[in-house]
Amino acid sequence: MRVVTTVNGTEQVADDVWPGESLLYLLRERLGLPGAKNACEQGECGSCTVHLDGEPVCACLVAAGQAIGRSVTTVEGLSGADGLHPVQQAFVEAGAVQCGFCTPGLVVMASDLLARVPRPTDPEIREALAGNLCRCTGYEKILDAVRLAASRQARP
Amino acid sequence: MTAVETDARATGRLGAGRVGEDAQRPDGTLKVTGEFAYASDLWHDDMVWGVTLRSPHPHARIRRIDVTEALTVPGVTAVLTADDVPGENAFGLEHADQPVLAADVVRYEGEPVALVAADHPETARRAAARIRVDYEVLPALTDPRRALDEDAPPVHPGGNLVRHLPLRRGEQGRTAPVVVSVDVEVGMQDQAFLGPESGLAVPAEDGGVDLFVATQWLHVDQRQICLALGMPPEKVRVTLAGVGGAFGGREDLSVHVHACLLALRTGRPVKMSYGREESFYGHVHRHPAWLSYEFGAEPDGTLVYARATVLLDGGAYASSTGAVVGNAGTLGLGPYRIPNVTVDAYGVFTNNPPCGAMRGFGCVQAAFAHEALMDSLADAVGVDRVEIRRRNGLREGDRNITGQVIDSAAPVAELLDRVAALPLPPPADTSDIRALPGAVGNTTHGEGVRRGIGYAVTYKNVGFSEGFDDYSTARVRLQVTGGEAVATVHTAAAEVGQGLVTVQQQIARTELGVQQVVVVPADTSVGSAGSTSASRQTYVTGGAVQAACAAVRTAVLQRAAVALDRPLTGLRLDGEEVVGPGGEVLTGLADVLGDDAVEETREYRHRPTHAVDPETGQGDAHVQFAFSAHRAVVDVDVELGLVKVVALDTAQDVGRAINPDAVVGQIHGGSAQGMGLALMEEVVVTDGHVRNPSFTDYLLPTILDMPPMQVEVLEYADPHAPYGVRGVGEPPTISSGPAVAAAVRDACGRPLRRVPIRPEHITGV
Repeated sequence: MRVVTTVNGTEQVADDVWPGESLLYLLRERLGLPGAKNACEQGECGSCTVHLDGEPVCACLVAAGQAIGRSVTTVEGLSGADGLHPVQQAFVEAGAVQCGFCTPGLVVMASDLLARVPRPTDPEIREALAGNLCRCTGYEKILDAVRLAASRQARP
Repeated sequence: MTAVETDARATGRLGAGRVGEDAQRPDGTLKVTGEFAYASDLWHDDMVWGVTLRSPHPHARIRRIDVTEALTVPGVTAVLTADDVPGENAFGLEHADQPVLAADVVRYEGEPVALVAADHPETARRAAARIRVDYEVLPALTDPRRALDEDAPPVHPGGNLVRHLPLRRGEQGRTAPVVVSVDVEVGMQDQAFLGPESGLAVPAEDGGVDLFVATQWLHVDQRQICLALGMPPEKVRVTLAGVGGAFGGREDLSVHVHACLLALRTGRPVKMSYGREESFYGHVHRHPAWLSYEFGAEPDGTLVYARATVLLDGGAYASSTGAVVGNAGTLGLGPYRIPNVTVDAYGVFTNNPPCGAMRGFGCVQAAFAHEALMDSLADAVGVDRVEIRRRNGLREGDRNITGQVIDSAAPVAELLDRVAALPLPPPADTSDIRALPGAVGNTTHGEGVRRGIGYAVTYKNVGFSEGFDDYSTARVRLQVTGGEAVATVHTAAAEVGQGLVTVQQQIARTELGVQQVVVVPADTSVGSAGSTSASRQTYVTGGAVQAACAAVRTAVLQRAAVALDRPLTGLRLDGEEVVGPGGEVLTGLADVLGDDAVEETREYRHRPTHAVDPETGQGDAHVQFAFSAHRAVVDVDVELGLVKVVALDTAQDVGRAINPDAVVGQIHGGSAQGMGLALMEEVVVTDGHVRNPSFTDYLLPTILDMPPMQVEVLEYADPHAPYGVRGVGEPPTISSGPAVAAAVRDACGRPLRRVPIRPEHITGV
């Protein structure tokens, strides 16, 4: 199967894709974008979160073929020419990164939250990130990071 | 110094990245952009994928393995069985009792039997499914409480006892006016690191192999791989790949030998990466435990004696069960003064999944028992639950139950006082169901909800104990490149997420006065760093880096003394300058070094520990003790058995915080894992079969489950440790769970003698 899809703004072509492959496998093993992580294969941990046509999805639950003709944004596409995305910068500064395996999924999900809700309350942050497991931090500094990014975003 | 953790950013403590300052991780940016290379991200031209075929039976004899069909699958490049292991078909941390690939018998469900390499992981999986293994299923020993019965079938020829640690202190058979007892059962917990077991083995031109793998202890891996491959260490080079969490679950081998075998057979790079289900079978778990405790006390609650039996299910292979028994015995009564002690701790073989290291290592299980019993004692003598612990808590200079003098801070009472003084959360807001047990399940609007508060305190050994030669090695180089001084730190210490790379940088900056410090990847081309476990790396590898830096500094100053024709005494490094006794600049580092690099390698050993007496368990078994206390506040829907943890506050003595921000991060994460064990995390094993090997069925705390945490960090420097540090990572995992369990008991009024606590335990139906 040939898969043609736009990833981080660039059209990508992959040939000989096995129909059972996930979008996650396509990104990681065929397109050289290992930022989205494979940690559970069941959509439970959120480590593989990417945007598909602007909606956050678990790439492990999307078949590669479902991405044909669509637009995917991964964690690699989050930072721009002018540096890290504010959420990424806040994660580094707030100490929200330990082993970091959950981090790509969390920064994608948190950036999605802040795009929709610029000044989220703590319950709103918790609800938005409830599908992202982290085993290292106990989530406290992840909350700090999202609050920090939101406060900076709110400034003109 | 003490500091209440508020918002580290707001306090603006980010400094130059030296010891004692909040420092940012050098790998932080790579991790937030997705560029950091974890073991499962590795890729090589021409690589193939390796998969493992595992036993579906907890106990069976292998009559025959037929790989013919698997070999015919297009894309398959190799199929290997036990016959293809060139060296000794055995590995293990303490005893090489586990086959690389099962030869004649399988002893647990999930034991590796065969390997396949193919050009696509799905091809390899399908080929593995076509390997025919003819099993004769054998009766399985799955109840550890029967393992030592005379008629129990032996899991290994030597019988089912891995280790029995008897501990006898003071008068045996003592009585006391007040007696309380408890039986506690602790379920099997999984480390559940998010990054699955992965590695890439690359065959080398010299006939050896280079392995890039996520692990905790490169040199012990190397030793075991060499044994199985029949190769000398110079041909088996192991490099740390990015590690997605560890928590003890990577101390034992997983893909290591398998990937190397396939690479050497196919002549191609081989990548192996477990899925989540395989990960549950691919690493050891925390030992399930059965604990029977009795405390005798004076009417005022002063402990007179303790009697305890601890049984740990080691599963099918020894792993580190012996050392876990050591901890469960020597530390198993908690941080209390108890003059008369009778303890028997046992680790046994069964046909259950092998158990070994996990954060807290034997102390976690015991803490659920001794802390439940301290609450019972408090109630029996009518003393407050905090006060009963204060009254009996260890103090500096006391002897613990192995007779060892606690020779640095033992602030049990102060930790309890501080955690008890932290503000309590407001009453449940019944107008917001998100704050209530059951949350948006909309199961209650406050009716049936009761609040409970629980306390627990613990201590844990830091570093390897019982006479182990525990050391680390560091190589430090200083040179001037492009006009700037750069220090390079090289160790074999595994960064697993805890922030050791940052600590190494901070120490080098502090000791050498340079700003640029590069920590190069950990590998086996430098001496062993020991394991990233037992909360030991900041202490032991930190000590090695400090020593190597000091040696570099001395060498540089000696050069300067010769060049300046001055005595060495009084010279020191300040920034990139050599200054004299009055602080006057004498010369620059660039002038002293020119194009040369100064490099020194040093080993660091902590003070020796000693084996305990085999009959009495007495001895100086440990080098350092770390103390922590927790207070949990919960709201419990006593009608449905649902729990909402409202607050989980803690106080901990860390000796000295090298990186205060990272210390608090360790305390947060460790507390979450303890809470998980108390309320939700269990590998459910019935008749030797794992029933929930997935993140759908093995429940981990989410951001909705974790409450806000107030963390109070005490810094009572340990005069025997580098910079005064005390291990940080494990104590929070030990004291948080029992505090949560106590809070739930307090709310629902039931004894709750098993963790994780299930809804039916709370409702009693």
